[in-house]
Amino acid sequence: MAVCVAVIAKENYPLYIRSIPTENELKFHYMVHTSLDVVDEKISAMGKALVDQRELYLGLLYPTEDYKVYGYVTNSKVKFVMVVDSSNTALRDNEIRSMFRKLHNSYTDVMCNPFYNPGDRIHSRAFDSMVTSMMIQVC
Amino acid sequence: MEGLTLSDAEQKYYSDLFSYCDIESTKKVAANGRVLELFRAAQLPNDVVLQIMELCGATRLGYFGRSQFYIALKLVAVAQSGFPLRVESINTVKDLPLPRFVASKNEQESRHAASYSSDSENQGSYSGVIPPPPGRGQVKKGSVSHDTVQPRTSADQQEPASPVVSPQQSPPTSPHTWRKHSRHPSGGNSERPLAGPGPFWSPFGEAQSGSSAGDAVWSGHSPPPPQETWVSFADTPPTSTLLTMHPASVQDQTTVRTVASATAANEIRRQSSSYDDPWKITDEQRQYYVNQFKTIQPDLNGFIPGSAAKEFFTKSKLPILELSHIWELSDFDKDGALTLDEFCAAFHLVVARKNGYDLPEKLPESLMPKLIDLEDSADVGDQPGEVGYSGSPAEAPPSKSPSMPSLNQTWPELNQSSEDTAIVHPVPIRMTPSKIHMQEMELKRTGSDHTNPTSPLLVKTSDLSEESKINSSVKFASGNTVGQQQAGVVAHPPAVPPRPQPSQAPGPVVHRPVDADGLITHTSTSPQQIPEQPNFADFSQFEVFAASNVNEEQDDEAEKHPEVLPVEKASDPASSLRVAKTDSKIEEKTAASVPANVSKGTTPLAPPPKPVRRRLKSEDELRPEVDEHTQKTGVLAAVLASQPSIPRSVGKDKKAIQASIRRNKETNTVLARLNSELQQQLKDVLEERISLEVQLEQLRPFSHL
Repeated sequence: MAVCVAVIAKENYPLYIRSIPTENELKFHYMVHTSLDVVDEKISAMGKALVDQRELYLGLLYPTEDYKVYGYVTNSKVKFVMVVDSSNTALRDNEIRSMFRKLHNSYTDVMCNPFYNPGDRIHSRAFDSMVTSMMIQVC
Repeated sequence: MEGLTLSDAEQKYYSDLFSYCDIESTKKVAANGRVLELFRAAQLPNDVVLQIMELCGATRLGYFGRSQFYIALKLVAVAQSGFPLRVESINTVKDLPLPRFVASKNEQESRHAASYSSDSENQGSYSGVIPPPPGRGQVKKGSVSHDTVQPRTSADQQEPASPVVSPQQSPPTSPHTWRKHSRHPSGGNSERPLAGPGPFWSPFGEAQSGSSAGDAVWSGHSPPPPQETWVSFADTPPTSTLLTMHPASVQDQTTVRTVASATAANEIRRQSSSYDDPWKITDEQRQYYVNQFKTIQPDLNGFIPGSAAKEFFTKSKLPILELSHIWELSDFDKDGALTLDEFCAAFHLVVARKNGYDLPEKLPESLMPKLIDLEDSADVGDQPGEVGYSGSPAEAPPSKSPSMPSLNQTWPELNQSSEDTAIVHPVPIRMTPSKIHMQEMELKRTGSDHTNPTSPLLVKTSDLSEESKINSSVKFASGNTVGQQQAGVVAHPPAVPPRPQPSQAPGPVVHRPVDADGLITHTSTSPQQIPEQPNFADFSQFEVFAASNVNEEQDDEAEKHPEVLPVEKASDPASSLRVAKTDSKIEEKTAASVPANVSKGTTPLAPPPKPVRRRLKSEDELRPEVDEHTQKTGVLAAVLASQPSIPRSVGKDKKAIQASIRRNKETNTVLARLNSELQQQLKDVLEERISLEVQLEQLRPFSHL
């Protein structure tokens, strides 16, 4: 179950960030921010020539004591970062992948909306509800 | 005139009635004609009416002022309760029921009276008076919190428990008002008066704190009396009111549809379509939208690109956020372009929003674009989008998912048929070869009489033949899936030849075929076999079994198996099946099981996944049936035991076959046990693998550091 979901633009500012409201959300924001470095590291590690073959799913970016941070980057350098509770051991890699896939699809739908200007914050209700579903239960 | 003390309910009711009579909206005088009508509707004798009028002072004044009217109503109540009409009685008579007016036009008021009298009565009366479809009614009651109509007056904020308040001029909202009524007493809510579309609303809205009053007034004023069944709301809203229905009800409809079964959903859908859908686009509007569409895109089958649509809708001066939401709702296939239907839906939503209606969370069903027109090759661009839509719902945002179920139900044929075909899939494929064979056999032998049940028969006959000729395991899978998944058609694996004795535990499926085939087959054998094959044993005894079994098992099988058996018997004299069937039932069972066992023994592992699947599927489904079958087999065995031994028509062959049958049976059970054990092992291994993967995953990050 994701505790925090963030969509980061190419320029590394957040387009959408949302966490479960129970805890100190700033902590999650900070984790997402620090994970961006790891994302960049992974992207650059792949090499420029392999950009096309680069897999979108980055996998576990780094684990902390309580949480694990997963990353996913699109071809347009829009990054999805997901913070997951470590205690949720049942969460497998495939499930994380599917969650990112759903995120990506929803993001695409948001992009398709002509009233959405790329670079704006995402206010789509559909996107919100999708993220809510991810946070409530494991997808 | 003495002062008149009225209870709250009375106050509300009387004010409603006064408003009803106050056709000139003077708020002071009730029209005489209306009042007289009302009194006549009270079913009081004329002289009583005259007396009332005199008492209340109207005859003196010449008109019905509000106080006179109220007094008159009170007197009506007094008279209806049987008390003598006195001026004093208006205040002295305690706990007077509200006056009842029972003319057809005033049914509502009578209902109101009933409603206002007491909460419990309301509930009861409404349930008696208005029988809304249970799903809808319950949903409506449950989903009271839908509040998508923005408040017109800030005074009363709609409580979450209060029913949806959107004013609906046209009857369609009556059911909701009725439910509102039923909820009012319980909730005691005060609805916001809704100014918007209804001119009636304004005089009463502010004046009356009781929402029920507003409802009463409203329903009193609705031109046709609200029907009791919400199906009959066929009046179209005045074209001037674009959107009258609160989206909540639409959502209720969709919610109900998602909840209800397919058939119920069909009914509800029919009903909702039959009565006025508030989000429905009228023809005028549709025409207007189409014209607007043409200005952007002359080809009606084409679609408007997103940028053009954006410019167009930006002209409506709605905030971008709302336009964005409208787009999300209306772009059904998420292709960034609007087809004609999508465009109309979007336009309709824009218009609604401009008129002050809140946007729904999901697209109302009436606004949903039609499904793919499969013959429409022009919309190739849309087709993949739409097809993709049907595929993408799984991934679509949840906001679509509520609409998806309704969508699915909108086109139930597509979805359900696909489901059916998917379910049925495994069966026909497997059975084809033997099916054909069985068909041939059957056609040769049984003639035209059996043509009708051929299809189910073939399923079963194929099972039989498969057992005898092909791997029984295969047949197991197919037969069981057929038996189990074709709900209602075949409860048991069809046409599986009589299986080993019921005592064999590992073969729950086996039992079933034993029962099914062994017993049922006999039913028809007697009438058919005897004339054809005099060598066969006397099947009259089997009729008893068959009769006993037919009662237990499905009639389908009873019909099918007998026909199957005669076919088989006639076709293959060497088959143990037939031999088995010629013998006593027990022998029959064993004989029948021989071919099955033989085939099983020969190629036990040929289709490993199939028995697995069968087991996985059938085990779950068979378990509840195992008991049934064991009971049946028990009954059978008892019956069989009681039966006299049947003379054997074939001696030597039978013995050999029986022996082989027994051997195969044993092999069968052994293999079945082995299979289950292997399955268990496989599961364990998979679990280990998963746990190892997890560990690997945890260790992986460290490899990067």
